[in-house]
Amino acid sequence: MKNTAVLITSEKLKVQDCYDFVQDAACGGIALFVGTVRNSTKNKEVSLLDFSAYEPMALKEMQKIADLALAKFQIHKIAIHHAVGELQIGDIPVIIAVSSAHRKAAFEACEFAIDTLKETVPIWKKEHFNDGEVWVNSHP
Amino acid sequence: MKIQLLFFGIATDLVGENSIFYELNSEETVLTLKKELLLKYPKLKNINEFAIAVNEEYAEDDLVLRENDVVAIIPPVSGG
Repeated sequence: MKNTAVLITSEKLKVQDCYDFVQDAACGGIALFVGTVRNSTKNKEVSLLDFSAYEPMALKEMQKIADLALAKFQIHKIAIHHAVGELQIGDIPVIIAVSSAHRKAAFEACEFAIDTLKETVPIWKKEHFNDGEVWVNSHP
Repeated sequence: MKIQLLFFGIATDLVGENSIFYELNSEETVLTLKKELLLKYPKLKNINEFAIAVNEEYAEDDLVLRENDVVAIIPPVSGG
């Protein structure tokens, strides 16, 4: 029985899919992180976010994070899903779902996974404003 | 020897390419490649710094490149 699921897709992400994957009778809790597209950055109005990825490597890095989470924390299953393409305000770019027997491990593993994803996974977002576009985090 | 160079994120915009074949002398390292790229594409200096991945794994400066390696220029990531 597989206990990790990593996915990159240009389709809409579904929280239920991640929940269903990690759910298990042996678990007492499921922690979910759902990233959402915010309507502004530094007080400037954002019109959309465009996510792009080095897909084969991003999947490998997401798998490493999932495997590391299983090794570090007493969790049962973990799902990491990321969307690519143009996302509107309120859309979901990322979902992390973790199940465990006891809640502390699920919370901790979930936070570990999103924090690490944001450091290591080769995915980039470009913010679109009324007056132009900016790659996030690329400028000195 | 030939390698494939992939550009992502802001690097694609700065360089004007997303995938090219590149000729290297043998026994070149990631570090010497980085220096060559900054000479060939001076606009890359506009990025904070970039990581290099070789065959889909992050690579250190001292890694020696081989024929047909797929080398990716990885600007600061911003997923999630």
